[in-house]
Amino acid sequence: MGLTVDHLQVCYRTLRGDVKAVDNVTFSIEDGEIMGLAGESGCGKSTLGNSLVRMDVRMRQLGGRVELDGKELPISDARAMRDFRFKEVSIVPQYAMSALNPTRRVGRMVAELLKARGLDYKSALPELERRVKLVGLDADILKRYPIELSGGMKQRVVMVISTLLNPSLLIADEITSALDVSTQRAVGEMLLEFRDRNFVKTTMVITHDLSILAQVADTILVMYAGKLAEKAKADVVINNPLHPYTQLLISSLPDVGIRHDEHTLVGIPGRPPPLLNPPVGCRFRDRCPFAFDRCTDEPPFVEVKPGHTVACWLHAGGVSPSGGV
Amino acid sequence: MLVLDNVTKAFKTGTFGGGTLPAVRGASFEIRPGEVTSLIGESGSGKSTLGKMILRLTPVTSGTITFEGTDIATLKGKQLREYYRHVQGVFQDPFSSYNPVYRADRVFATIRHSYFPGVSTDEWRVRVDEVLESVGLNPVDVRDKFTHQLSGGQLQRILIARALLLDIKLLIADEIISMIDASTRVDVLNLLSNLKTRGLGVLFVTHDLSLGNYISERTIILRRGAVVEMGATPKVFDNPQHEYTRMLLTSVPQLHKKWEAESGSESETTRTASEDHGRPGRYSKSSLHPLAGMRARKGRRAKAAETERELAAGLLRTDTYLRTHEEVLPLVEVEEDHFVAIPAAK
Repeated sequence: MGLTVDHLQVCYRTLRGDVKAVDNVTFSIEDGEIMGLAGESGCGKSTLGNSLVRMDVRMRQLGGRVELDGKELPISDARAMRDFRFKEVSIVPQYAMSALNPTRRVGRMVAELLKARGLDYKSALPELERRVKLVGLDADILKRYPIELSGGMKQRVVMVISTLLNPSLLIADEITSALDVSTQRAVGEMLLEFRDRNFVKTTMVITHDLSILAQVADTILVMYAGKLAEKAKADVVINNPLHPYTQLLISSLPDVGIRHDEHTLVGIPGRPPPLLNPPVGCRFRDRCPFAFDRCTDEPPFVEVKPGHTVACWLHAGGVSPSGGV
Repeated sequence: MLVLDNVTKAFKTGTFGGGTLPAVRGASFEIRPGEVTSLIGESGSGKSTLGKMILRLTPVTSGTITFEGTDIATLKGKQLREYYRHVQGVFQDPFSSYNPVYRADRVFATIRHSYFPGVSTDEWRVRVDEVLESVGLNPVDVRDKFTHQLSGGQLQRILIARALLLDIKLLIADEIISMIDASTRVDVLNLLSNLKTRGLGVLFVTHDLSLGNYISERTIILRRGAVVEMGATPKVFDNPQHEYTRMLLTSVPQLHKKWEAESGSESETTRTASEDHGRPGRYSKSSLHPLAGMRARKGRRAKAAETERELAAGLLRTDTYLRTHEEVLPLVEVEEDHFVAIPAAK
């Protein structure tokens, strides 16, 4: 069944007007799928992730519908969401350090969390300990305070806690960004392990680091300025991206083995547009090397090949791509 | 240009400063002009501490840092100010490097106040515009702007421009791009690389191996405060000799190559350091695992006995224990300009 997001619009209310951070977003994630969500900062990817779990007071759903396992997810109703949060949808936030209560031992914090959901810690303990061991930690970590754990250990503990009730949807927001390469790898492999063991059904991995997604994701969704730019299988996005934004994003990443004197990489000039009054037409137009007249109209997000969806006039209008970057 | 000789830094730990934690252990290397030197290590490897010691932000415990023949620990007052004319640092978080109350270009005004009080306003403006253009910024875009109006990449470039206003010879770049978006990251990297053509030496502190490999001539790999491998970048990356360097290289997420499926199964992730037994003199993979050394908590007496036994057998490898007891191995030149700390043969 998985997750289906249909024409979702989420904005931030400000004194100067609504900032549409998620604008008409439609996609779905199948059961057992790990979907990566990529893009620069300020393109709405964290807003999309957060809106599926908890809307904060500034956020408002302007339209659209979210379905999880065939049931509607009442994302704009904070009270109704209580039944889904932690049990059906769960998030691993960007800074696991701030997700743990510094005044409680880890085990006690979990006990309080379960109690708040009407569950019993004692009966959940064996499973909790099993999973803590599974991610390579000792069970006595539950008797420790968060300050006694390293960044990578905290990140794992938070992942174990978030997935304890086998949620249907797990949102992992920049979980590897603050970690060292070797710990990044361990956490990335945990995501795969959790999926393989059916701890979570669908996973959404939000990151700006496409190379992490190349390792763990099945499909990759690229967002730009609140809109969807491209979605396809991970290897297709990495090896044969169609949207100029994806192409530039990938070509700006130094891979191991690329040296400056042999191959100088270039970044993407400019910045994403402000979302308070976004430009009409394709939002990437100003930074796009292939922009042409038609880009003043908004490109539709259409399937150009089986399983490969792109919002770009180069591909939607039957014009062949001019070689790539 | 800058030579570190057996530099050590020990931090006091505990409430009354009773314990010590060696953060940097016997680091010796050289930074040459016109080269980018990468200092690569994981969190806690002492890479930032080294950068801070070079910038005289924290004193060395033992050893010397020599800049153009002068021990920097002896610099005072005017001499120290002259040192900062030549050596400057740029740090990880561009937003906290600025005071958000003032406009971002105030950083130039403070330089003028401290170092160039005699320069006229018009000439200063020309100089500032010149350095801004040399770091790839349009002066019109950044003048009179507040920090929140500029992107992370722009702010970092302003800080580099600020350093360039001085007669700078060495730039300490401490994780300067880890908080910048991937799309503008590479522009800042290319800028660093252009600086070296002006004869500047750059110490590029990072935990990201692919970035280090991309821009640097020389690479230094730090582990628990000690240099384990260093040399010309292509030699270190193409022919890594130390197990730790190899482990780091296999962990780097790459676009076109999946992590090898050698770990990830349950037996691997739960493997403990005890399995290292029987392979003396060699760092096995699991001992390099970030969590190696964590032991199940047992009764206090049983635990103490076990700890003693394991310490005797060299099995328990907690980070602090290793920092305090592990011998800093001398670097051996395995090929020209490629040095490795090789565990002594038993």
